[in-house]
Amino acid sequence: MSSDTKMTLSERLQTVAGWPLQMFFRILDVPFRAIQKLGGIGPMPYVFLLPNLAFFGLFVVVPLFINFGFSLTGGTNLFPQDRVYVGTEQYEFLFNCENYADTTTCQEDRFWKGLFNTAIFVFFQVAFLVLFSLITALVLNRKIRARGFFRAVFFFPVLLSPVVVALIWKWILLRDGILNAFLVSLGFDKILFFVSPEWAMFWAIFVSIWAHMGFYTLILLAGLQAIPPDLYEAAEMDGTSKERVFWRITLPLLWPNMLVVIVLALIKGVQIFDEVYVLTGGGPGTATQFIVQYIYNTGFTNQVQNFGLASAASVVLGVMLFALTMMQLAATRRRDNG
Amino acid sequence: MTYRMKSLLGTSILSLALMTSSAMAETELRMTWYDDGNESAAMQALLDKFEQQNPDVSVTLDVVPYKAIIESLPVQLAAGDGPDLARVTDLGGLSKYYLDMTPHLENTEYWRESFGPFLKWLSPEGDAISGFMTQLSVTGPYVNKTLFEQAGVEMPGEGATWDDWATAVNEVASKLDIPIPMAWDRSGHRVSGPAIAQGAKMFDADGNPALVDDGLKAMATKLYDWHQDGTMAKELWGSVSGSTYLGANEDFANAQVVMYMSGSWQIPQFADKIGDAFDWWAVPAPCGPAACTGMPGGAALVAIKDTEHPEEVSKLMEFLAQEENLAEFYGKNLFIPGHLGLAEGGVEFASEDPRAIHALETFAGAVPSISPVAFDLQGYANNRVMFNALISRLGEAIVGELTLDQAFERMTQDVEKQLAEKERGN
Repeated sequence: MSSDTKMTLSERLQTVAGWPLQMFFRILDVPFRAIQKLGGIGPMPYVFLLPNLAFFGLFVVVPLFINFGFSLTGGTNLFPQDRVYVGTEQYEFLFNCENYADTTTCQEDRFWKGLFNTAIFVFFQVAFLVLFSLITALVLNRKIRARGFFRAVFFFPVLLSPVVVALIWKWILLRDGILNAFLVSLGFDKILFFVSPEWAMFWAIFVSIWAHMGFYTLILLAGLQAIPPDLYEAAEMDGTSKERVFWRITLPLLWPNMLVVIVLALIKGVQIFDEVYVLTGGGPGTATQFIVQYIYNTGFTNQVQNFGLASAASVVLGVMLFALTMMQLAATRRRDNG
Repeated sequence: MTYRMKSLLGTSILSLALMTSSAMAETELRMTWYDDGNESAAMQALLDKFEQQNPDVSVTLDVVPYKAIIESLPVQLAAGDGPDLARVTDLGGLSKYYLDMTPHLENTEYWRESFGPFLKWLSPEGDAISGFMTQLSVTGPYVNKTLFEQAGVEMPGEGATWDDWATAVNEVASKLDIPIPMAWDRSGHRVSGPAIAQGAKMFDADGNPALVDDGLKAMATKLYDWHQDGTMAKELWGSVSGSTYLGANEDFANAQVVMYMSGSWQIPQFADKIGDAFDWWAVPAPCGPAACTGMPGGAALVAIKDTEHPEEVSKLMEFLAQEENLAEFYGKNLFIPGHLGLAEGGVEFASEDPRAIHALETFAGAVPSISPVAFDLQGYANNRVMFNALISRLGEAIVGELTLDQAFERMTQDVEKQLAEKERGN
């Protein structure tokens, strides 16, 4: 009996369905074999990397250089050939401050307010995001009732679009929103959350943590589950206290995951825009206007669309993100080297 | 000929016929539009009529949010990727992207006679014919007359100042526990009329923009004070940043506001939403030492320069600009006509609501008293630079980030910087 007759229907279907794919790879094999024949095995990894590098170059590196080029130009024309070369004028304008600690002394005060607001946001958002994600991961790692349900609940906001998240919270926090109705029912006065700079910043941070915590909790949970259980058993046999177990076993072994969480949260924090833009519109005044919103406003919402200045601010933002990434690499290397 | 050959030949002929007919049939035009109320329905009815008369042209009406007209459309136009026609409110600011339809129009005299002064708004530095006003608007306040009656407070009459109104609306609000005595749209355009009434000149003797003067300071100080003493709610102007537009139309329609400074374009929306729930009443622009004026303005439908079908676009515009079609459009939407013939002869408005009719009469009647400074400002191509600087910096002062003096200084700097940037490369 031939092997064909032994195949089940599903196997046959798989064979038929897989045939185009096999053909595709056979065709693809021809040029790769030719390349390998010409250059040997050495350059092959680079050949395989080439498609990705081409996409990365086209959609990341080339726009990066175009953006830098724009930052050296002025005027309102969109196409590079129509723009006026102004050298470092846009950067000089951005950095022209009598006192960097007082934004009102800066020529472009909104840029500096955006930077300061971003720094405050990132500091509190990252600190509390990591803390709450860690606590949640520790709780969800224990054998509690309905653990799967709670894991899903904490992850659910991650699946929502940032605009949806912001709109939901906006409706909750408005003058006639659910939260104020609740406060009034308890006998308190209404709070105008979006009129107070402190409340607006608080809710911007809170909503951002609420929306993203599930993702970071998941990373930390994966790290916790990778810690060998025999270490905890040994500690228990030695009569080690729970606090000591946490500080001496859990946290050191979780540190690589913590580092990933901190760096990702830092980078995402610096890039914050959509949620806060919908939630507070950057207000009151400029209290929650962050650096990315400054760039957006400068480049797009003003009647005179200052693409040069917006590009220069983007370059500054890019340098900040590059520095954060370098810090992450340095920290990882230091740890890897013991 | 075999059967196979016959069928092959038949199929080829049929395919060729289909290809040729489809190539002949359709010139596709796209019109970008926004709605204040539901005027896209009236426009769509006119477009359907046009398509029936011109089966070789099809027009797609893309209804987008107003924000997209202000923020996205300029970028699309700059990239040469815009629609064939668009409804815009930055009339002069986008003029470099407009198509001059003069060579394609059959009767340019009709256009100049019917839309004369408004054509200049669309072509501040030339005499191009690029479009027509889909509505003429005048800014001015509405009051909730029912609340005045319930509170037993008399409404200030003709010639009343902003201070008179502020006193009256505060009295009404405190008697009836209304949360917002007075609300204004968060818009530099809305502030400009009252500022001109206070004596703001907006331009220097040479015609260059000069936003900050004693008149503007006087009005800005009033607005600042009203936000501090509770006459105006901080949550409207204080709750967003930059030049972001926010209207209080929803709050007014929900009877949360005694007096609302907006403009004539709200009439259809109020007639629809408020109906006879309460008496919403348009009142004449309050006075200042220099004038009793609002700001003129409006929206225009313009042809875009980068269109690949200038002939068809002009043909469509000629159709839409016909007196009978515009009468239908203005009448259905309760818009003040931007067509001189119709403004003179009158339009039959599709409403029997006495409040809507009164509001239309009030705003139309306010046109002769509009200050010439207001007309100059509306005709100035870069007026949005001034409006945005005014509203964004005043907003920062209201929430306490800047003092009023710092805000005035920043307004001047913002206008100078943006105009200098615009000059570069042009």
